[in-house]
Formats: sequence, structure tokens, C-alpha cells
Amino acid sequence: MNTTNPLIIFLASIFTHNIALVYILGMCPFIVISRNYKSAVGMGAAVIFVVTLTAMINWPIYWLLLVPLHSEILSFLIFIIVIAATVQFLEMVIERFFPPLQSSFGIFLPLITVNCIVLAVSLFMVLRNYSFIQTVAYSAGTAIGWALAIILMASIKEKLSLIGDIPSGLRGPGITMIIAGIMALAFMGFAGIITL
Amino acid sequence: MINQQVDTKQKSWLKVMTMGMWNDHPIFCMVLGICSALAITNRMDNAIAMGAGVTFCLVFSSFFISLFRNVIPARVRMLAYMVTIATFVICTDRFLKAYFPPISAAMGPYVGLIITNCILMGRAEAFASKSNPWLSVLDAFGCGIGYSFILILMALIREPMGFGTILGQRIMPQFWTNWVILTIAPGAFFLLGVYLWILRTLARKTE
Repeated sequence: MNTTNPLIIFLASIFTHNIALVYILGMCPFIVISRNYKSAVGMGAAVIFVVTLTAMINWPIYWLLLVPLHSEILSFLIFIIVIAATVQFLEMVIERFFPPLQSSFGIFLPLITVNCIVLAVSLFMVLRNYSFIQTVAYSAGTAIGWALAIILMASIKEKLSLIGDIPSGLRGPGITMIIAGIMALAFMGFAGIITL
Repeated sequence: MINQQVDTKQKSWLKVMTMGMWNDHPIFCMVLGICSALAITNRMDNAIAMGAGVTFCLVFSSFFISLFRNVIPARVRMLAYMVTIATFVICTDRFLKAYFPPISAAMGPYVGLIITNCILMGRAEAFASKSNPWLSVLDAFGCGIGYSFILILMALIREPMGFGTILGQRIMPQFWTNWVILTIAPGAFFLLGVYLWILRTLARKTE
């Protein structure tokens, strides 16, 4: 078992090992949703919730069910079904009991099933032999890190639209990539703070 | 008359395939599936393995989704697509683990992440769920090749400039200092940004 302190894992996965800017995952919504600040916040909140919840469900399924049965080969299949089912379930709960949340939070849920970071967190958790507490810290940290990155990106892009003389070929995804590159460079500045 | 029919048929399938390769281009037009395009293209062998893996999963999942398109209920179609895709991703993962362990270790979780690669879901939803199996396979193949082409194009710049090698063979002259930045995330973002810029500008000119 991995013996790293969960708090260090939590901080490292937000800053030094940011999943969007270091591992380059979760890029499709990163480009598409980051047009305005409000939807970036909604998407970020939905991701934090779903990622933490699915990692907490997938950990016992993998270690208490698949490993004793020697069926680790099925892990991809099981993880993806758990993720899809959780998202579907959350959607129904929000629709039924918290209708006010629907417009700000609920509409992002279906998009999350195909967001790579949800599955990536479950795969990394297995690959690095995290314990349950470490998994919770890791998944929450990763999701917060991703939310931080998309909110920063949306804020930068809102300011950028005020300037408005970007070469026409670079508009849209092109400029998003360049900004992400600069943000990734900035996040490299955190590198010395925490070592895993 | 018969000849003409064959001719139009051939034209349509050729068109389907080239649409995927160029016009409907997976990365540059839809900006999907770039996670893996950026993350693993710092080495050529990973890029080739990823391209082949995605093409394999895309072709087989499209074939089966299209075969069962009238049986899958609309409400659970997403889940059905995901399970189909995941099955072939498991095959790819096992194959790489068995025959190419170094590549499998280098790619780590990115092989499993083919499942959530938006291209597979995108093709399943946009094409395979509406067309016959034969055309779906061609479309999938075209998209897969187009995607692999982009991965290789990225690796072609990143590996020589970042490590001074290509497929593990040193090709850069002795005085070359490796641009480490190109092997990690920021370099990948800048490179894709520049590629998008060039291609968008060229596309606008030809329109």
C-alpha cells in the first residue's frame, strides 16, 4: 500500500499534479464550456461532486469485489457502468427533490459521463494502490484542481473577449490551447512546493 | 446501368471514408478526443499504439452499434454504447500488456481512457446509430486513420525536439539541446494551438 499522507495527496492533486494542466485530461469540456464564467462554475461544482462520489463507490467495488474474484480485467467495464449509473441517479434526484439546482447544476450532469477525468481518477486510484482515505483525498483534490483550472480559463477568456483582435484563424480552440499552455507553465511554478 | 450503380455506390463509400479522414476531421474540426492526443504524443511509438488502438476500438464498436441500432432502446443508448466501447478497450489493453509491455507501461491509464475519448461516442451517436454496418465501419476507419495521422504529426515534432530521438533512434545532431518543455504539458498545448491556427487559416483560404 501507498503510504503518502492524504493531505499531501490532496494538495498535490490540486496544484503540482493538476489533472487538466499536467496530465492533460478533461479537455473537451475545458474547451467547450469555458466560454463564460457562470457555466464554468456550474460544471466545476458538478465535477467535484461526481468525481468524489464515483471514486468512493469504485474503490470498494475494485478492492472488495473484483480483486478477491480475480476479475480485475473487468474493471474498465464496471467503472464505466458505475459512473453512468451514478450520473443518471443524481440527475433523477436533482430533478425530483432540488428543482432550483436543475438550471445551474443539473444540465451539466449528462456531459460528465463522457468526461475523461471521472474514469481517470478511478484508474489512477487503482494504479497507485491508494487506500480508501487516500482515494477520497485524491479524488476531491483532483476535481477541485480541474474546477480551478476551468474557472481560471473562463475568467481569462471573458477578459480576452474585451480586447478582440485575435487573428481569425486562432479564435476559439486555438487561443484556448495557447492560454492553457501559459497556465500550465504557471502551474509548473508550484512544482517545488510538494513532492509526492 | 449496372456499371453506373456500382460507380455511385463506390463513390459514396469512398466519400464516407475520406469525409472522416479530412473534412469531418476528428480533432481539428470538432476538437474532440484531444486529451490523449496531447498526453501521449511525446513519443512516436506511443502515438502509433494509441492511433492503432483507437482505430481498432472505433471500427469494432461502430460495427456492433450499427448492427444493433434498431434493438437498443433510445433511453439507455449511451450506456449501451459505453459498454460496447469498453469491451473493445479491454481487448486493446490486454493486447498491449501481453505483446508490448513497455508501451503499455508508458501509456498507463491512457489506454483505459480510450473509453471516454469523445471521438468514439461522437461517431457512435452521429453516424453508427443511423447507418448500416458497412458504411459505419468505413466511417470509423476513416476517422481512426485521420486521428492517428494527427497523433503521428504531433509526435513527429515533439519526440525529435524534446528527446532528440525518433522511435528511440537518435536523429538530432550532437549539439542539439533537448527542448524539455515540448515533452510535457505546456509544449503540447502550444503545439496543438499552433497547428489549429495554421489549419484554420489554410481552411479559410481554400473556402
